[in-house]
Amino acid sequence: MSFLPLHFTVSGYDFTCAGEASSKVKNKLKQLGYDSEAIRRAAIAMYEGEINMVIHGGGGEIFVEVYPDHIDIKMADKGPGIENIEQAMQEGYSTAPANVRALGFGAGMGLPNIKKYTDSLRIESEIGKGTTIYMTVQVNHS
Amino acid sequence: MTVRQLKEQLELTVLVEQNIDKEITGCYIGDLLSWVMSRVQTGNVWLTVMGNVNAIAVAALSDAACIILTDSAVLDEDAKEKAQEQGVTVFSSNANSYQVAVQLSRLLSE
Repeated sequence: MSFLPLHFTVSGYDFTCAGEASSKVKNKLKQLGYDSEAIRRAAIAMYEGEINMVIHGGGGEIFVEVYPDHIDIKMADKGPGIENIEQAMQEGYSTAPANVRALGFGAGMGLPNIKKYTDSLRIESEIGKGTTIYMTVQVNHS
Repeated sequence: MTVRQLKEQLELTVLVEQNIDKEITGCYIGDLLSWVMSRVQTGNVWLTVMGNVNAIAVAALSDAACIILTDSAVLDEDAKEKAQEQGVTVFSSNANSYQVAVQLSRLLSE
């Protein structure tokens, strides 16, 4: 059973709102007294996911489940899907348009960063239907 | 060294002042936001020319100590509001990132 379920909707093509869901989760985890490094990892991974949703996915839904020893984050969009996941996981590979790059994104680091900051990552994607990513961040108790 | 001490010892213009008793652990320089998120460490002073709302989100989510906008880079009005909301301190400097980093390095090794 989920310790604490949270749900967010990310609107597409709106960069100013991207990060709101991550920031809310971060604050919630802080209130709950989670380890600051775990919070930081979850927040960064989720923000990268939000940015991906805004750039590529036309927005989407985020479901977060907070357990005592781990945080599960599911991010689902109805965008065009990822043609080659292996290629998308490579640092520097990007399909982001120029306007996105001008904002400082689109360096081909989004998915690699999510992988770096999470303990497990699974990507399900279907062309023309969308992409769902499942990530887990383990929480170390000191 | 804290952000407050940094403010007192470097020639910086204060654009947003929040939580300035954060401890500084080092420095990171970069403008590509995902690149920065991949490498910036908790408590780092982040030197950049990116003054948009996304930069503020990056600083907040990655627990950077503060942002210094170098080369007098501009902080967008909506980014300023977001920094206040999210508790991110933002300074501006006329100097470039290299010059600020050299000064910062001196202060951190004192």
